[in-house]
Amino acid sequence: MALSSWRGKLLWPAFALLLLGAPLLFAQSAALSILSQCGCMMVLALSFNMLLGQSGMLSFGHAVYSGLAAFASAHLMNRLAGSGAAALLLVPLAGGVAGMLAGAVFGYVTTRRAGTALSMISLALVELVAAAVLMFPAWFGGESGVSTDRVLGAPFLGIDFSSQLQVYYLIAFWLFICAAAMYGLTQTPLGRIANAVRDNPQRAAFIGHDPRRVRYLMFMLSAFFAGIGGALTAINFEIVSAENLSLLRSAQILLFTFIGGIGYFFGPMIGAITGVLFSSLLSAYTRGWQLYLGLLFLLIVLFAPGGIAGACIKLFGGWRLITARAWLRLATGLLIAGAVVFLIEMLYRRAAVL
Amino acid sequence: MEFTLITLLNGLSYGLLLFLLSAGLTLIFSMLGVLNFAHASFYMLGAYFAYAISIRLGFWPALLLAPLLVGLLGALVERVGLRHVRRHGQVAELLFTFGLSYVAIELVQLVWGKSALPYAIPAQLDGPLFTLYSTTFPAYRGFMMLLALLILAAAGWLLQRSRIGLLIQAALTHPQMLEALGHNVPRLFTLVFAAGCALAGLAGVVGGNAFVTEPGMAAGVGSIIFVVVVVGGLGSLKGAFIASLLIGVLQTYAVALDVSLLSGLAHWGVQLGPDVVGYSLLRLTLAQVAPVLPYLLLVLVMLLRPRGLFGVRD
Repeated sequence: MALSSWRGKLLWPAFALLLLGAPLLFAQSAALSILSQCGCMMVLALSFNMLLGQSGMLSFGHAVYSGLAAFASAHLMNRLAGSGAAALLLVPLAGGVAGMLAGAVFGYVTTRRAGTALSMISLALVELVAAAVLMFPAWFGGESGVSTDRVLGAPFLGIDFSSQLQVYYLIAFWLFICAAAMYGLTQTPLGRIANAVRDNPQRAAFIGHDPRRVRYLMFMLSAFFAGIGGALTAINFEIVSAENLSLLRSAQILLFTFIGGIGYFFGPMIGAITGVLFSSLLSAYTRGWQLYLGLLFLLIVLFAPGGIAGACIKLFGGWRLITARAWLRLATGLLIAGAVVFLIEMLYRRAAVL
Repeated sequence: MEFTLITLLNGLSYGLLLFLLSAGLTLIFSMLGVLNFAHASFYMLGAYFAYAISIRLGFWPALLLAPLLVGLLGALVERVGLRHVRRHGQVAELLFTFGLSYVAIELVQLVWGKSALPYAIPAQLDGPLFTLYSTTFPAYRGFMMLLALLILAAAGWLLQRSRIGLLIQAALTHPQMLEALGHNVPRLFTLVFAAGCALAGLAGVVGGNAFVTEPGMAAGVGSIIFVVVVVGGLGSLKGAFIASLLIGVLQTYAVALDVSLLSGLAHWGVQLGPDVVGYSLLRLTLAQVAPVLPYLLLVLVMLLRPRGLFGVRD
């Protein structure tokens, strides 16, 4: 997206206004909780896109960094109890540092190779960490996890983070900071070199940038933002368990990010919203929501590699060109989708009876 | 001595099963450059199909039919999906197979439910093969080993002696040349993908009743076979063979040994209390650490030999 135009300049204030105003539109506590979850997931998806979209690294272990940071934040909050509410403002920063440390250690092994080998090694590291976490129940709380309390003590300017609305604004604040920082990073020389390494590592090496070093740097920065996302999750849910760094969670981040669209900066945010809506709203209606999510992902990989963001931009860019034939194809597609959904739902009914 | 031998045999039989799985993965990777993330899902499907067939027709037809079905499914996946995402590059292919693995688990749960299936070992093979000292070695384990070795020999013969193997070897390095000579290279690719999936399916048929048939079985071996393939070196069949035996034996020994650093130190006369730094680390037994050993091995190999033991290409 060309953000240098006047429309681009208005985009960030508009985003800030949207974040500020969203609780006014959806004031119910359930909606606030979903908004908070969306915020956390957006930070995670954006940081994941630094790897996948910008640097071409398909990591299957992104939840490791956010999960370890979430554990660190939960322990930190338990230490800080009684020190005053203002301390909570800085917990995400500490989470970011923890995530970056984990990224520095694991990234050193992962980024030695590129391409498919990197994906497999990242996958093995998830399994390693997820299994190791269960071995040390004293630090990680075993199956039940570590619980914490986000109300750290005396209110700061009348805010003590006991209400979901205050937590939402904390998450929104950090989301805005992180999104702006990550967008800024795409404009820096490092961000551009990361794109070059993604597209053609040989040529990037030829002009004097060691691809491995660039990958490693991007990996650590991505882990930093993932750490902030993890800390926000810990603050939001007040509990962190081994699930936070499992392969399933990593897979979720990957699915959401790709569904949103990795070619556009705002794509992952759209994906995060879609994913959270799938898992929190659709799961109330059907047991098959994960199947639908997987099928949606497959369809996007096959037919719309730009994700939802890409499809929307294409649609708005060329909507005058939509012909009767395109409408017919759309109608056929919807009809087939409807039939598939009906079939799957019938099968789930049958499976429920059995 | 008895413990050492029996554990070695168990480790080898597990390692051979891992090889059966990783052989298909390596075949597909070295030929098409596709890292099939859904490989373990085809393993799972092999077990479920075998269960469904064996309750109607018995185990032996299932041993033949289930891998064939899985292979057909693999061919379908290659024709309908994989071939079309190839132009978007390797990451797109990986993402496609990843999505497939996600959907496969959900579909299996939809059709067969979430709990484990009573997929049993056939009666003819349910018993001891021989007795070593005082421990009996199950006949089914022997059958698994024999089958894996037979498949290995057959695949070796097919790849190196037969005409189709000659074509496959040629397509690896000179696909355009082969195309110019009038051979249908895309069809060859479909065939190889189907064969790799069928191998995974076969591993599922024999692994499903040796271990357990449940929706989590794909996730259980999924990461391990990637470790095997990376440790052995991407695309190297020899590397996959050695790495799978290594991991099979290593893990089986570790599971069977109930010693920890603490008990080892106590053996040497050093007594430590719970207030020592890293006490929880010292107290871990080898059996508890067993699940992470393959991954530790991978990290070690990556640090010392980034290409893997026998790796030739990136």
